[in-house]
Amino acid sequence: MSKPVYVIEKLNAWFGERHVLKDITLMIDLHQVTAIIGPSGCGKSTFIRCLNRLHEVVPGARVAGAILLDDADIYGPTVDPVTIRRRVGMVFQKPNPFPTMSVYDNVAAGLRLNGVRRRGILDERVERALKQAALWDEVKDVLHKSGASLSGGQQQRLCIARALAVEPEVLLLDEPCSALDPIATARIEELLLDLKKSYTIVIVTHNMQQAARVSDSTGFFLLGELIEFGETREIFTNPKDRKTEDYITGRFG
Amino acid sequence: MARSNTNIFSLAIFRRPGISPADRFFRASVLTVALSVFAITAIVAYELVRNSRLPIEKFGWSFLWGTTWDPVAEQFGALPFLYGTLVSSALALLIAVPVGLGVAIFLSELAPRWVSDPVAFLVELLAAIPSVIYGLVGIFVFVPWIRNVLEPALSGTLGFLPLFQGAPYGVGMLTAGIVLAMMVVPFIVSVSREILMAVPLSQREAILSLGATQWEMVRIAVLPYARSGIMGSIFLALARALGETMAVTMVIGNRPEIRLSLFEPGYTMAAVIANEFTEATSDLYVQALIEIGLVLFAVTILVNALARLLIHSVFTKVEVRE
Repeated sequence: MSKPVYVIEKLNAWFGERHVLKDITLMIDLHQVTAIIGPSGCGKSTFIRCLNRLHEVVPGARVAGAILLDDADIYGPTVDPVTIRRRVGMVFQKPNPFPTMSVYDNVAAGLRLNGVRRRGILDERVERALKQAALWDEVKDVLHKSGASLSGGQQQRLCIARALAVEPEVLLLDEPCSALDPIATARIEELLLDLKKSYTIVIVTHNMQQAARVSDSTGFFLLGELIEFGETREIFTNPKDRKTEDYITGRFG
Repeated sequence: MARSNTNIFSLAIFRRPGISPADRFFRASVLTVALSVFAITAIVAYELVRNSRLPIEKFGWSFLWGTTWDPVAEQFGALPFLYGTLVSSALALLIAVPVGLGVAIFLSELAPRWVSDPVAFLVELLAAIPSVIYGLVGIFVFVPWIRNVLEPALSGTLGFLPLFQGAPYGVGMLTAGIVLAMMVVPFIVSVSREILMAVPLSQREAILSLGATQWEMVRIAVLPYARSGIMGSIFLALARALGETMAVTMVIGNRPEIRLSLFEPGYTMAAVIANEFTEATSDLYVQALIEIGLVLFAVTILVNALARLLIHSVFTKVEVRE
């Protein structure tokens, strides 16, 4: 096992009074795909939203416990969430390109936030990100059309390119394929296997086959608790916990 | 486009047999009400033209650029009023847009719910205050303040500009612009706030996850997404400013002259109609006032049409796919 990127210890999260994550402890390894599975409402989305401090954007949301990213607590009192989010990219459930921006500007948005202004550098980084997201060939002639004019699958890959352009250490994906058809889904899964060579990836999915196909480690969440965490092959072939077994064999959820 | 198609479709259904009588009655009554909107507009236009025949015959198009308004000599030109209406409204927007947008951004993005909701309610109350009250506030609060404080300050600092020269009267174009601004800010605030709050969370999260600060989020993701709605609120405010009568009459000075300085009194189309209608003695005088009404009507329609065209041309390039 390689060195962990994230060390999560006794992570708890609330929405107002509702306790949605309970004492989650796990590690996320470098250049691995970690999948988080579980039925709707089990806290899996909340979990990855804690990893880039996006959970707290919702009014009334609260977090306790520690998340170490490269050995430094991202919830430390002096840490600005903005700096964390620049190191951790995120892709959401529904493709959300900026509709008023062109394809190019969508990808460049994060770079410009980081103060990159030189046209040459922007061009180069935008092209690289779009190539990494396997979208370059499809959009290289329409870079100046609206990002919203692409198909759903292309929009989601555009969002991946947008997240990759700033070269984050970690890429978080929150059910990135749930709004896509099987072909677009397959393309994104293929892409993830390629991307893990250079990025650490955490993917939330309620599609178990997807978790089995793309991930190295899998965590199973139920009602805000981490029931089981381990190598994906182990989890799917030889689960230790009865509840995991019930879930992966489709008995509930 | 889609809307007109639906209308044609529903008209077809309206004539088709096999639709229940209640449904047909419903369609007929709603259609009648809808058509009455066009009828009212057409009747207003027709009556305005019919009742201003005398000055139209006498002055022709030169009514629009004539600068003399002399009822005794029966010389009537609308330009000073046209100028007054456009300048006072432009001035009002110049002040009201940044203020209104600032308040809307504060209420939708920064203020907690328990501040935002009551303040938004108060803002809507402001929009309901009768304009004569704004006029009184203008006369008793703004006029002395503008005469004694604002105008001396402006001529002291920006006095080299022709806009800020001359004696500080207190009543004049500047005061009218400020009072109008106060009156239209609530429109901009309440509409823009709703529009900003309707910007999807997914857009905000997209930019936040790239490492945007709150201000960057507003600037890069929220405002661009909301821009056509915000433009709409501004044009609503403009329409209100163009037609406002009472408050403007009370503070603009009512002198039919074109002066570059904002300190000088002016006159607007709505104000001259309200002020002089009762004392208009000759037919030509009365009809000249009605023709001013026609010009105001045309200007309002023109401005709104241009606004719509602008919104259309700027924003239809971008399509939001759900």
